[in-house]
Amino acid sequence: MPVRAARAAPEFVPRVRHPLERWLRTDRLPHIWCSGCGLGTALSAFLYALDELGWDPDTVAVVSGIGCAGRVAGYLRLDTYHTTHGRAIPFATGLKLAKPDLHVIVFSGDGDLFAIGGNHFIHAARRNMDIAVICVNNFNYGMTGGQLGPTTPVGARTTTSPFGNFEHPFNLVHLAASAGATYVARCTTLDGRRLQKALVEALSHKGFTFVEILAPCPTNYGRRNRLGEGLDELRYYREHMVIKHGADPKEADIAPGKPFLVGKFVDIQKPTYLELYQAKAREIGGEG
Amino acid sequence: MRKAITGHKAVAEAMRQIEPDVVAVYPITPQSEIAEYYADYVHNGLVRTELIPVESEHSALSACIGAAAAGGRVMTATSSQGLALLVEVLYIAAGLRLPIVMALANRALSAPINIHCDHSDAYLARDSGAVQIFAESAQEAYDYTLMAQRIAEDMRVRLPVIVNLDGFTLTHTVQPVDLLEDEVAKKFVGEFKPFAPLLDVEHPVTWGAFAMSDYYFELKRAQEAGMEAVPAVFLEVQRAFAEVSGRRYEGFFEAYKLADAEYALVVLGSTAGTAKVAVDELRARGMKVGLLKPWLWRPFPGPAVAEALAHLKAVAVLDRAFSFGTMGALYEDVASALYPLEKRPILVNYIYGLGGRDITVPQLVQALEELPKIRRTEWALRYIGLRE
Ligand SMILES: Cc1ncc(C[n+]2csc(CCOP(=O)(O)OP(=O)(O)O)c2C)c(N)n1
Ligand code: SF4
Ligand SMILES: [Mg+2]
Repeated sequence: MPVRAARAAPEFVPRVRHPLERWLRTDRLPHIWCSGCGLGTALSAFLYALDELGWDPDTVAVVSGIGCAGRVAGYLRLDTYHTTHGRAIPFATGLKLAKPDLHVIVFSGDGDLFAIGGNHFIHAARRNMDIAVICVNNFNYGMTGGQLGPTTPVGARTTTSPFGNFEHPFNLVHLAASAGATYVARCTTLDGRRLQKALVEALSHKGFTFVEILAPCPTNYGRRNRLGEGLDELRYYREHMVIKHGADPKEADIAPGKPFLVGKFVDIQKPTYLELYQAKAREIGGEG
Repeated sequence: MRKAITGHKAVAEAMRQIEPDVVAVYPITPQSEIAEYYADYVHNGLVRTELIPVESEHSALSACIGAAAAGGRVMTATSSQGLALLVEVLYIAAGLRLPIVMALANRALSAPINIHCDHSDAYLARDSGAVQIFAESAQEAYDYTLMAQRIAEDMRVRLPVIVNLDGFTLTHTVQPVDLLEDEVAKKFVGEFKPFAPLLDVEHPVTWGAFAMSDYYFELKRAQEAGMEAVPAVFLEVQRAFAEVSGRRYEGFFEAYKLADAEYALVVLGSTAGTAKVAVDELRARGMKVGLLKPWLWRPFPGPAVAEALAHLKAVAVLDRAFSFGTMGALYEDVASALYPLEKRPILVNYIYGLGGRDITVPQLVQALEELPKIRRTEWALRYIGLRE
């Protein structure tokens, strides 16, 4: 019987550092996210965007609410804050007003930003508060077990709509645009590079900016809607997404099985809250 | 019918049998499954309830208040931060005398964020005007949800009632639970009789009107009268429940081996189960120990507690939450109940189990064993299971 040659010992590879490691609190890893979840891609795209912008990390603050998406704040080696559910935007508003030189970014989920915290979103957009809001929309409350939320499409099954949702969902792009956001884009986690570009634009744009990231939640939303694994959901995106810049936000509705728009919808300039505040202060004789 | 189910399922089953007109909920760990089970019942046509998956707990209780004022029977459920968010309107539900029953899956309040059990959420609602009941087991959570409905809706009371069940310990563990037959449960709970409902268009009413220094005080006094009526109603409802279920809950609290005891623990919720094992262990070794486990926490049945504890040498009161800056809330209840007595036991206060920290039989045995060594009641907190 031939004797099998002993396999050569694997070559010693010194620990390879992930290129994004400098942005991460590696002591908090591994993260809690499920395999196939879109949050990992969303976070990497965000970190690549920060890398590209080349900002001094000391000038960046990230605020999250509660949820799977809300966990992002805790993994970043930055000044971060994990607020109570729904309150990331008011916290970020306070932060920006106290330290106008900071780049203040809100990173949270659809439920956090648009259910319990919906009121804050529209008011920050209305004021043109100089913050960037990144929303990972997975069409349900992932963290609490996959319940119906304000972006759940009509017909979709969740733990609280076992026979399909019948409520009208928000079209977040349209909501952000109508409330006054000066930059609005939508991407999916299929498309890391395009997402990175949108994030770079949103982060460097003056005023209230909004990026919606459509992302798979295979554990809850995907499973109940028979969308398969995370990868299958990405295939679904590839088959259904229509890239179009400058489209009417009204047309950005999302319905199961129907094509949906991605791209940049709004890119305008108008005075920010702080600029208006300072102008008013000067007008009445203060220092601004 | 005996089933092996979780505390969540037990509460959801009671809700199914009660079949309220409206349930408005927002998910939060560890309450979410109550809403999920209920959603299944609604969507499978087992109940005719309108289920509203609202956008926050504040909206949940607000929707319940609207539905109750309109003349419906309504229920909700929450936990921790959710309770904190809805507390504003809980005071209003109580002030408007609306009989809303709410399950509270007890979980620690932030910060730091935590999802496990303590009683800081229940304590936050302590002075809200809601009646509060604590369950030791899934069985008690089921039984008291049914009883809570009768208590809340009694015309002498008409107040919101919170049924507390320890998060995870009770909500997520499978236990044997005896369920009543649907018809029996429904008959026990009875028909809902709305009071001055908004939907009675023949008799227009205004809810939530202003009351300034002219009437506010009298209205609040009237609200306290609702609370004062609870103890008598509570006992009546327990008796009525015993008739249909055979399960006899007699009194505002369970007095476990207390009658001839010299030393005792007072504790709320599931820890009472652990405490019973500790009591049995010490009894086997000849120490005369017992336990008092309140079911009814608000209104606090002070005179009855005083009577039950008067003969003891020393009592350890266990609070599963701080009332920062003063003694534990349950301790203060017990202390003020005992104060009118000429001769009262020595009292000590332990804080334990915060944020889901385990509480074990040996720890409770130790707390009981310490009692004979304590010379007098002190104004100082002690801790169980804390690293210092
Ligand atoms: C006041 C309050 N209510 C409810 C919760 C429970 N809760 C935690 S995360 C969450 C939903 C999160 O949904 P989303 O923002 O879409 O995040 P995802 O998990 O889907 O990423 C809920 C309801 C809470 N933490 N606080
Ligand atoms: S539950 Fe959904 S959103 Fe949360 S980590 Fe898992 S896949 Fe991602
Ligand atoms: Mg979500």
